[in-house]
Amino acid sequence: MKKLLGIALALAALILLLHGIEDLPPWADPHQPASVHVSPRYIERSVEETAVPNIVTAVLADYRGYDTLFETAVIFTAGVAVLMILRRFMP
Amino acid sequence: MIREQEDIIIQTVCRIFIPFMQVYSLYVLAHGHGSPGGGFQGGCIFAASFVLMSIIYDLNEVKRRFAERFSVFLASLGVFIFAGMGWLCLFLGGNFLDYGVLSTILPVDPVMARYYGIAAIETGVQITVMAIMVSIFLNLLTGGLHEKDVEQAYVRVNNQ
Amino acid sequence: MLESIISNYNYWVFIILLVVGLYSMMTKNNLMKKLIGMNIFQWAIILFFISVGAKRGATVPVIAGAHGHDTHTLVARAAEYVNPLPHALMLTAIVVGIATTGIALALLVAIYKRYNTIEEDEVIEALKK
Repeated sequence: MKKLLGIALALAALILLLHGIEDLPPWADPHQPASVHVSPRYIERSVEETAVPNIVTAVLADYRGYDTLFETAVIFTAGVAVLMILRRFMP
Repeated sequence: MIREQEDIIIQTVCRIFIPFMQVYSLYVLAHGHGSPGGGFQGGCIFAASFVLMSIIYDLNEVKRRFAERFSVFLASLGVFIFAGMGWLCLFLGGNFLDYGVLSTILPVDPVMARYYGIAAIETGVQITVMAIMVSIFLNLLTGGLHEKDVEQAYVRVNNQ
Repeated sequence: MLESIISNYNYWVFIILLVVGLYSMMTKNNLMKKLIGMNIFQWAIILFFISVGAKRGATVPVIAGAHGHDTHTLVARAAEYVNPLPHALMLTAIVVGIATTGIALALLVAIYKRYNTIEEDEVIEALKK
């Protein structure tokens, strides 16, 4: 019973997602909206502003450094949470 | 409990591999500005070398090197380095995490000051990721008995 | 309509991975298999995001020739390099996935120590008592 319901829901999700990809832009198009607005600015002005040739490191650590700071905090919290779940405390 | 492997081939190969993996992780960290790499990738490779050490060799040896206090201290140190760079830029007059104002204390121009700022925070990220990955692995492996001496932990559990 | 679905054939791989992960999360009885389904689901989303940033005829987003002393005359055209933003955002997503999987595995170890089983219906039976 649960298996039939699961298969039906998975097939419904498959049909909906396949219906949704017809609105996406063609694959690897240089003029799609994802590559037009802010990423040409990062590519063209990365070396003259930060002197780092790897654009992904410059974006991750300099232009979007705030996200990286809180992502480091997330992995620290995960480590502390595993410690707290598994540890036995003395009464 | 994990018994030490008695096969001499595995021990000899891992004796060569483990320092090589650690130096390679530092190479990936240092060349993160010119080729794909950086802090997260280097931290994962460093942690993988300790996981290999705990599979092949004695588990108590790794627990002696990576006691729980040491792991949490290293993780906090990494986050402190990252946030400390942000506060340093704030105290020097710029915005938070604006590495250009570091040129007032370092003898370089503002463009190279951003370069050195990126290198410093990647080091902090590597330290945190390495410590937390080894800590999660050891906690899952021993089921919470991440003590220095396993016999002491067994005695404490049996007395509860 | 059908031709636009078939011309974007690369998205089919990610959609099939996503549905496999979703099916495995919903119907399997073992808690470890549900966790693996969640992991497959999340990796399908990450790969989909990275494939959106591709560009025809472009190379890796590392600017070539920027190590010398003539970096002031270097011109980097945006059409030669792949969009770097999805790569940077998905690094964060991968690390968050590691954190979630680690905590879920710790919860599984705690459940096994408490109820001595890892099947979902046996745990629900033991909870009702």
